[in-house]
Amino acid sequence: MLLIEIKPDKCDFCGVCVGVCPEDAIELKEATIKISEELCTNCAKCVWCCPIEVLVFRKDKIQQLKASTFK
Amino acid sequence: MIEKFYDVIVVGAGPAGTTAARFAAEQGVSVLILEKDRDIGYPVRCGEAVSKDGIEPFIKPDSKWIASTINSFVLISPDGTEVKINFNRTGYILERRIFDYELGKLAAKAGAHILTKAYVYDLLREDGKITGVKFEHNGEKKEVKGKIIIGADGVESRIGRFAGIKTHIKISDMECCVQFTVSNINVDASTCYFYFGENYAPGGYLWIFPKGNNSANVGLGIGGDKAKIKSPISYINNFLENKFPNVPKLTMISGGVPCSLTLSEIVKENVLLVGDAARQVNPLSGGGITSGMIGGSIAGELAGKAIKENNFKLLMDYPKIWHSRVGRRHEMYYKVKNAIYNFRDETLNSIAHSAIKIPESERTLLSIFKIALLDKPSLLFEFAKIFFY
Ligand SMILES: Cc1cc2nc3c(=O)[nH]c(=O)nc-3n(C[C@H](O)[C@H](O)[C@H](O)COP(=O)(O)OP(=O)(O)OC[C@H]3O[C@@H](n4cnc5c(N)ncnc54)[C@H](O)[C@@H]3O)c2cc1C
Ligand code: SF4
Ligand code: SF4
Repeated sequence: MLLIEIKPDKCDFCGVCVGVCPEDAIELKEATIKISEELCTNCAKCVWCCPIEVLVFRKDKIQQLKASTFK
Repeated sequence: MIEKFYDVIVVGAGPAGTTAARFAAEQGVSVLILEKDRDIGYPVRCGEAVSKDGIEPFIKPDSKWIASTINSFVLISPDGTEVKINFNRTGYILERRIFDYELGKLAAKAGAHILTKAYVYDLLREDGKITGVKFEHNGEKKEVKGKIIIGADGVESRIGRFAGIKTHIKISDMECCVQFTVSNINVDASTCYFYFGENYAPGGYLWIFPKGNNSANVGLGIGGDKAKIKSPISYINNFLENKFPNVPKLTMISGGVPCSLTLSEIVKENVLLVGDAARQVNPLSGGGITSGMIGGSIAGELAGKAIKENNFKLLMDYPKIWHSRVGRRHEMYYKVKNAIYNFRDETLNSIAHSAIKIPESERTLLSIFKIALLDKPSLLFEFAKIFFY
């Protein structure tokens, strides 16, 4: 499950997140950004480095995930 | 119109890419530049500061892309102590949207073809060999063949990854930046201002680079491990609210400067990396325009020669030439950066207090650096190693 949320309207398409992503999971075109759920390991490096708070680490999703696996 | 086949394909039309393309084309080989944005030189993700000596070998200074001329620096410590340094060379603040364009034109004049809105998403392989690139242009998937691929795709550096090079960098080496270009700001038009300290830009610095007519680039970069705690945008907003609350903001950009060592692998098979993509930025200052052009010129020239002489082994000389011209110096800067990266506010203040005691005529970055060294004697040893090798 992808735990990184993108606020696309905020994004400046600067590429910092791509430069630190160890999995090459982010694709950035002129004005679109996409994270591959398949490749992303939720390491959060992109979230930490984004200069303008476009990316959010959805901790709440972990709870959801836990809840659903223990059902 | 572009051809189906080129000798050299350059991905990315920043200063490193257009310079590589120009130097290759000057060898008489066919060159294509693919750029994902619609415009060369825009958006401008840059403070735009260069030294005259740095760019002159590549382009004749022209007033149409020089916003201001710099002859002094002011370094401001956390407690507000201002250390003025006369820059004994000439600096420029560029108008990069024009500068990058001019570099593009020089490449075109040398014979390079240019295609914008062309996003490269993979390398083309045949029988296990890299034979070109795959790209999207106006929503259509296309391919173009090339004998040599030059990755000049900036901080993202994915071309290298497609070729199997590990190009991502650790977060503390990524300077995470935000910059506003503002107007109605009252700063000296020939001085660059640098602010240091926890409140301004931990693990980096905040800059004000004047662009003439009371406008300026006001930006900052902080290490990724610091950005994790508090984001760059909140630091810059704080600064502007406190120091220049009413300045109109003309533009805002985010960006990243890879302040690491140059990648250990900048050539693989027939793929060369240049500029930010190769991590050729000066890791101490974060300046990457000139060093990117140097990397681009070396790689471009070698690529042209390799094609002309049909001798691809020549490409293997690239790391060695880069290292002897610039890379070795960058290794020293990287060590210095790491040593001062976590300097505390008290240390920075005490350096500033000592520095203002040096008479202004003798005050240079080096003399201040020597004071900084006293706080970190192990650096002296590293310094000596570099200079006396
Ligand atoms: C906020 C900030 C301030 C800076 N200030 C200074 C300064 O004052 N002085 C200085 O010397 N340096 C400065 N730098 C660094 C400088 O901007 C870079 O080092 C320089 O632009 C690097 O040039 P380049 O050609 O390697 O890459 P870039 O200029 O980044 O160009 C790369 C190009 O490749 C394109 N591209 C990327 N991926 C693809 C793809 N898949 N397909 C096609 N095209 C692609 C991009 O759109 C871009 O146009 C600053 C950087 C930042 C972020
Ligand atoms: S670092 Fe942030 S602003 Fe830059 S491209 Fe990534 S998400 Fe967008
Ligand atoms: S969380 Fe890690 S792996 Fe996933 S996109 Fe961000 S940097 Fe890449």
